[in-house]
Amino acid sequence: MAMERRDFLKSAAAASAASAIGMAVPTEVQAKADAAGNDWRWDKAACRFCGTGCGIMMATKGEGADRKIVAVKGDPAAPVNRGLNCIKGYFNAKIMYGADRLTQPLLRVDKDGNFDKKGKFAPVSWKRAFDEMELNIKKTLKEKGPEGVAVFASGQYTVMEGYAAQKMMKAGFRSNAIDPNARHCMASAVVGFYQTFGIDEPSGCYDDIELTDTVVSWGSNMAEMHPILWSRVTDRKLSDPDKVKVISIQTYTHRTSDLADTEIIFSPNTDTALWNYVAREIVYNHPDAIDWDFVKKHIVFAAGPVNLGYGLRRSDDKSVKEGKYTAKEMETVSKEMQKEVSAKEGPALEPFGYKAGDTMKNNGGTLGHWEISFEDYKKSLAPYTLDYTASIVKGDPNEDIEQFKKKLQELAALYIEKDRKVVSFWTMGMNQHTRGTWDNTLAYNVHFLLNKQARPGSGAFSLTGQPSACGTAREVGTFTHRLPADLMVKVPAHRKIAEKQWMIPDGTLNGVGKQHIMQIHRDIEDGLVKFAWVNVCNAYQDSASASHWIKAAREMDNFIVTSDGYPGISAKVSDLILPSAMMYEKWGAYGNAERRTQHWRQQVLPVGDAMSDTWQWVELSKRFTVDDVWGEYKPSGKRKTPLEDVRAKAKAMGYKGDTTMFEILFANKKATAYKLDQNDPIQKGYDNSEGYGDERKVVGSDGKVFEGYGFFIHKYLFEEYASFGRGHGHDLAPFDVYHKVRGLKWPVVDGKETQWRFNSKYDPYAAKETKGTDDEFAFYGKIAKALQHGNLTGKDKDSKKTPLKNKAKIFARPYMDPPEMPDKEYPVWLATGRVLEHWHSGTMTMRVPELYRAVPEALCYMHPEDAKEQQVKRGGMVWVESRRGRVKARVETRGRNRPPQGLVFVPWFDEKVFINKVCLDATCPMSKQTDFKKCAVKIYKA
Amino acid sequence: MKTVWNNYRYLILRRITQIGLLVLYFGANAWGWTLLQGNLSSSLILGVIPMSDPYAALQMLVAGAALAMDLLIGVAVVTVFYMLIGGRAFCSWVCPINMVTDAAAWLRDKLEINRVQNGKVPVKRVTRYWVLGLGLVVSAVMGVTAFEFISPISMVHRGLVFGMGFGWAAIAVIFLFDLFVLKNGWCGHVCPLGGMYSLLGKFSLIRVHHDEEACTLCMKCKDVCPEQQVLHMIGKESIPVLSGECTNCARCIEVCDDDALEFSIRNLANNNRGASDEISK
Amino acid sequence: MSKSSREPISDRRKFILNMARGAGLATLGGFVWSAYVDEVTASTLLLRPPGALMEEDFLKTCIKCGLCVEACPFDTLVLAAPGDHKPVGTPFFTPREVPCYMCDDIPCVPVCPTGALDEASVTKDGVLDIREIDMGLAVIDQESCIAFWGIQCDACYRACPILGEAITIEYAKNERTGKHAFMKPVVHNDVCTGCGMCELACVTEKASIFVLPREVSTGRAGDHYIKGWDKADDQRVKDAKVINTKTRLSEKSAMDSLNDSGDLY
Repeated sequence: MAMERRDFLKSAAAASAASAIGMAVPTEVQAKADAAGNDWRWDKAACRFCGTGCGIMMATKGEGADRKIVAVKGDPAAPVNRGLNCIKGYFNAKIMYGADRLTQPLLRVDKDGNFDKKGKFAPVSWKRAFDEMELNIKKTLKEKGPEGVAVFASGQYTVMEGYAAQKMMKAGFRSNAIDPNARHCMASAVVGFYQTFGIDEPSGCYDDIELTDTVVSWGSNMAEMHPILWSRVTDRKLSDPDKVKVISIQTYTHRTSDLADTEIIFSPNTDTALWNYVAREIVYNHPDAIDWDFVKKHIVFAAGPVNLGYGLRRSDDKSVKEGKYTAKEMETVSKEMQKEVSAKEGPALEPFGYKAGDTMKNNGGTLGHWEISFEDYKKSLAPYTLDYTASIVKGDPNEDIEQFKKKLQELAALYIEKDRKVVSFWTMGMNQHTRGTWDNTLAYNVHFLLNKQARPGSGAFSLTGQPSACGTAREVGTFTHRLPADLMVKVPAHRKIAEKQWMIPDGTLNGVGKQHIMQIHRDIEDGLVKFAWVNVCNAYQDSASASHWIKAAREMDNFIVTSDGYPGISAKVSDLILPSAMMYEKWGAYGNAERRTQHWRQQVLPVGDAMSDTWQWVELSKRFTVDDVWGEYKPSGKRKTPLEDVRAKAKAMGYKGDTTMFEILFANKKATAYKLDQNDPIQKGYDNSEGYGDERKVVGSDGKVFEGYGFFIHKYLFEEYASFGRGHGHDLAPFDVYHKVRGLKWPVVDGKETQWRFNSKYDPYAAKETKGTDDEFAFYGKIAKALQHGNLTGKDKDSKKTPLKNKAKIFARPYMDPPEMPDKEYPVWLATGRVLEHWHSGTMTMRVPELYRAVPEALCYMHPEDAKEQQVKRGGMVWVESRRGRVKARVETRGRNRPPQGLVFVPWFDEKVFINKVCLDATCPMSKQTDFKKCAVKIYKA
Repeated sequence: MKTVWNNYRYLILRRITQIGLLVLYFGANAWGWTLLQGNLSSSLILGVIPMSDPYAALQMLVAGAALAMDLLIGVAVVTVFYMLIGGRAFCSWVCPINMVTDAAAWLRDKLEINRVQNGKVPVKRVTRYWVLGLGLVVSAVMGVTAFEFISPISMVHRGLVFGMGFGWAAIAVIFLFDLFVLKNGWCGHVCPLGGMYSLLGKFSLIRVHHDEEACTLCMKCKDVCPEQQVLHMIGKESIPVLSGECTNCARCIEVCDDDALEFSIRNLANNNRGASDEISK
Repeated sequence: MSKSSREPISDRRKFILNMARGAGLATLGGFVWSAYVDEVTASTLLLRPPGALMEEDFLKTCIKCGLCVEACPFDTLVLAAPGDHKPVGTPFFTPREVPCYMCDDIPCVPVCPTGALDEASVTKDGVLDIREIDMGLAVIDQESCIAFWGIQCDACYRACPILGEAITIEYAKNERTGKHAFMKPVVHNDVCTGCGMCELACVTEKASIFVLPREVSTGRAGDHYIKGWDKADDQRVKDAKVINTKTRLSEKSAMDSLNDSGDLY
């Protein structure tokens, strides 16, 4: 008896160990077992929400158009989540079946059915919808050039959708005015990667969590925003509670601090000072901790201008000159041109040639930087003594300063401790920051000095917020300035690569890509952009200073289109609404924060007449011919040179004047080689609405029933996109492989994924670069890999560029104030963010009854003493008012988020508490990512 | 028009009072008015002056509850008011059931049900005192406020202010009982709250006064009176109606074409002659 | 019989008979009435407003005026209507619909005219203290609570107005996945006020954490044993009584059982 029991325990332990190292039960077998006894079809997919990238299994039931999702489960074989989910993931089955799904195109019309900007929405056919889009795009191209046609793109596009949109915009319309909401989410991380590594995306992977000894969360509420990763951090902490330390560095107390050994509450924006303090501790007080071997071999020191401004409107902008900004708003906006150096930032700026009271003219440019000496870098750290740092960083006025100093020392000590592995995680806190790019590079500084980067269990690790911020926005390059696989529109050689790949004439691509997402909003307000299309995002709810953009869309002469599953604020603001297929109603792929690409099949047919965004783009391309779009364009917007007429070159390539973009970009000979084949095990038994059409017999863009393209367009789009990166450090596996595995972390070389990039032991590219040497690392990114020289105050203009092959950079960057800080009239910091229960603007999760009930409204979290001072009760209503607008919200003083005195937190998911009307559209001037985390407000009883 | 006013002036005023009070109570719950909060069991005027149902308080007392000061003050306010001023006016000027039973009585008259049912009454007027007592006994035995759990008055009033549920059934039962079973059945025979106020109202100052010399013995007053027994003096002697069972509804005054009935302030020195009426037959 | 019925009945006898008849009817009615009242007050699963007396006393004392209902700014409290199968007219709340938001100034209690909502019970050091209220206790069905499956939920924890005290999270390794942790909600009996915010927030179809009146949701360990490792536990058994025990085996006196050998030999 006793023996039996022991055997059982032993085998149970072995089983759990097996699962721990990845020997999961073969899921095909499991899926079959599960399906026994009913007619459910199980298939794998990825979770719709957040950048973690959990795998799920999806059960569908029914035939044809009646096939619906009935249940989901966490995929036990998925390495990220091993069958678990968070509560958003738990409701994946319910997100597509909200009562108010959009099922047909809707156009604002007058009583005769003609388009009327002031009219009410009425259902129209897909044909009519495309007629209106065609008309308005052609008109805009003529009047404003390609810069007048814009797309609000998304980090929630599938890879194929993003690629189709990007291709039609950049190659078809020759417009670079396409930029994703991912700009709001991790643009600072991207520029940080480019500046530091010369190539985008993290070096590490989630396995770091199990391997590390220290997790430092910088301004990130991982417990709510990355719950599955947080559960892995928790597990790591539990497995060695004494050794493993968790540090939570935040501007207010929240769930992530629950697990933390130490919580540091810092004053908004001062995280840059905190990073520099840690670096100073290393350089000045523990120089022996610096791995000089590593630093000398792999690192150069660099600096750039500090007078960059704050990404606000500039005084020569049309709308500013026209007086569309109130005097109150201009109090902040004026800082974009120049500002007085404050006493707070003065000491930090002294090594850079400014002192408190100086006027700083913000005309230094943004991305440029130059090499400096280590001595210069050391000088830049001099100001961050414990006293200075503590005095500006301490965020809780009621905390004892000596106590606080101890925490800072403890933080530095953990980083410095020899052989202690450290992972630094961050998301929006460091990215949504008027010095977000700096903040990102400062993180790598510390890890580099200690040689704790790109090693198993150690590294600075930027997490992403959206499911395909990495996969689609970044890797596909649906940014205004990017092309696939880290190619840049401004680099002629890169454009050539794309033009060749896309079989379009030399010189077709537009070399000026400066219409980032805030710029598109501003260009609409300035009257430059006349046609804008919102794809898979909610651009009118998710952008700061929202009233300006809504007013511009509704009151000016332009045409705004929104493709969405549900009627959100963007749809309400639009002139035309297109019903989109959601997530599992189409073939797709996402890429998560650890470079893992995951694919899924179309599980069900879309509802009503909804069609995928891919289809919408491809159908639109049928409306435009070579003659329509490839002629000459005069300078427009920020493009100061004409775009050449490439029609002759096109004809030389065999295209005719009336050849459509559809034939060139989407149904070309490469594409049609990807056959639809019901004998192919990948396709067998699955719908393909774009390929075959489907049983709904949707009447398409030509007024006839849509019968399908006749080829496997998703596979074509993916494979063509993948070909950009293969052989260039971005290698993706073949399409079919992804349908057999639970995702792979790129670069995938010889069928093997890469866990730690730049580390020659794990990364074949690094191994290639270091072959024949004993180098452990190669930072092989190619961008900005030759620098001139200079010091902290400027570059030596005559210096020669030194190449930096395989090197990374440590940047000297000071603490600086944000443009708007609490003052007498607006005495409180406002930070915005998310809650676990709701996804972004809530268009999906606010339609899931359970999630709605759990968190039906956005609350204004504030300190009880602040509430007392304003004579507001917990549960009572307050106005949150900034220079830009005000919203009413209910006060919570005891909840999950507990700000220090002087700061309030309001989540932005609730369209009824439209906090982005209050937020400031200041951005990191380098990354153009909006700082949603800080502006100044006053709070008073409503 | 003038006759209408003359013939129905008190009825109209009573309806205005009854409905007005309901609106005030309803507004307190629905819109946060503070003129009159709560309900007929206990309320608060302007958030300050409490009023409480004395019979409910009595039940609480016998059930063994500790009576709070607010409650006692509220009971005192109500008791003093009705004892000194209103008589049993609660029943005709405040209670929402009055409108139900009046409607039943009116319909009963129209349908001439009185004429087919002239036989023996199933319930006597004295029953209400039995019910009153029984309510206290059950309260004491069960340790709860017994009548409050079945009171159609509170049910209906609470229902109108806070949400009805099946409270409509209580209205229907009373309506049907009064219509088909017994004229003025509920208010005039069964309701213990009516009994309670009858006892309290015996001493009140406002009284209907009968002037025998003006009376032409048309007996319209008796026809219309829900508590006919209190009008035993009609055509016999000029005295005030002294029975506590009179609800001061003033219907008799309205229907009297001879000015033989009128409200008067009771002459305290002169009330001896009616004392023998006490609890009536 | 038939003869006597024709004889006139004396007034005295008539009076006695009438009284007897009245008393009989009253007894009959009283029983019916009592049975009804017993029935409608039998529900023990009601959540009462803050400061409510024990149910038995509450039913005696509540005058059903609804002043507490009117004072509640969140429409949490409602009066039981006929048909709700609850003691008619008494205030209660249903957390899954509207929980108690635990207002700091507890507006519902001071307005009670009868003391059925007892101000003293929610007053600490002379001021109203919402933490003193005790309307019930949240209990968790661990089978249907998805946090116990390993799902990262803790919606109840985050919704709790006294999070970190009334509900805490117990971390446990998830041995199945080998790299995740369970985050299981734990309700603390001594802190939970029964406000029901957790029940409202629970994302399972039927709430897996729900509030029950404390008498229903708690057990009692008994007064004969004190936790030796917990000093404060002495306090718990301060009303301990002298112990007398009886089982079926000891039903009979020692003498009787000794003398009853049964089939022993």
